[in-house]
Amino acid sequence: MKFKLVQKNILLVLVVILLAIVPLLINPNAEYGGADGAAEELVTEIQPEYEPWFSPIWEPPSGEIESLLFALQAAIGTGFITYFIGYSIGKKKGSEGLAK
Amino acid sequence: MKKKRILYSSIITVFVLLLSPTYVFAMHVMEGFLPPAWAALWFALSIPVLIYGMKSIKKQTTNNPNLKMLLALCGAFAFVLSSLKLPSITGSCSHPTGVGLGAILFGPTATSILALIVLLFQALLLAHGGLSTLGANVFSMGIAGPIASFLIYKGLNKAGASKSVSIFSAAALGSLVTYIVTSIQLGLAFPTEAGVLAAIMKFVGIFAFTQLPLAISEGILTVVQPIGNI
Repeated sequence: MKFKLVQKNILLVLVVILLAIVPLLINPNAEYGGADGAAEELVTEIQPEYEPWFSPIWEPPSGEIESLLFALQAAIGTGFITYFIGYSIGKKKGSEGLAK
Repeated sequence: MKKKRILYSSIITVFVLLLSPTYVFAMHVMEGFLPPAWAALWFALSIPVLIYGMKSIKKQTTNNPNLKMLLALCGAFAFVLSSLKLPSITGSCSHPTGVGLGAILFGPTATSILALIVLLFQALLLAHGGLSTLGANVFSMGIAGPIASFLIYKGLNKAGASKSVSIFSAAALGSLVTYIVTSIQLGLAFPTEAGVLAAIMKFVGIFAFTQLPLAISEGILTVVQPIGNI
C-alpha cells in the first residue's frame, strides 16, 4: 500500500517535470521572458494613450536580486512544508509509542 | 485508471497546445495597469471578503487550534507554487496560484487571506502584481479561483468522484478561473473597438492557452501534496 502511494506520487511529479520540459524542447527559440511586459503591450495596443498611474514603490535592482527573492519565497514555503511533514510523522510515531 | 486518465489528458493537452501558439502573459494585473475607478471597484469587492476571511480563520482555529499548522501549510504551499515560474508551451512563463489546497481545506474566504499574503510579498519585494491592483488580484486569485475550487471539490465529492480526481479538478480549474477573471478585469478596463466582450475574449484566448499546462501541473501538485502528509 505504502509503496504504491510513493510510486503514484513519483509518477505525478514526473508528469509535472515533463510539462515543464516539453515546452523548452518544442519551442527552443522562444524568449520565455517575464510575461508582464507583453501584457503591457496588449493594453497599449488596445488603448495607446493609457499611462500607468502608479508605479511599483520598489523594484529589485537586478535580475539577480529578483531571483534571490523568488528563491527566498520558495525556501520559506518549502521550509515550512518539510517542517510540517516531520512534525506530522513525529506526532504519529509518538502517539504509536504511547499506545504500546 | 485515474493516473492514466490524468496522464492521457495531459498528453492530449500538450498536443492541442502545440497547434496553437499565442502570446506571452502574466497572471497578476501589473502595477498601475487598471484605471483608478476599476482598481477601487475591485478593492471594494475584495475587502468585505477579506474581513469575512479573517473571521472565518479565527473561528476555525479557535474551534480547533491544531488547524493552525494546517493553515500555515496551505499558506506555505501557495508560497512555493506561486514562486515557480514555469515555462508554457506558448513560449512564455507564468506561475500556478497554489491556493486550491487552502480553498478545499479551509474554504474560499479563509483562502483570500493566504492569497493576500502571497500577493503582498510579490508586490512589495518583486514588483510583481502591484499595490494599486492588489484588490483586483486578490479578487481573481484569492476569491474567484478559490470559490471555483471549493465548489468543484464539493460537487465532485458529492457525485462520488475519488479524492484525487476531485482535488486535481478543483485546483486545476480554480487556477484557470483565476486567469479568466483576470482577463475579464483587463477586458472591462480596456475594451477594444468591438466592445467589452471582444476585449475579454481576446484576453481569455491568450490566458487560457498559456495557463492550461500550468493549471494541469498545479492540479497534479495539489494531489501530491495532501496525500504525502496523511
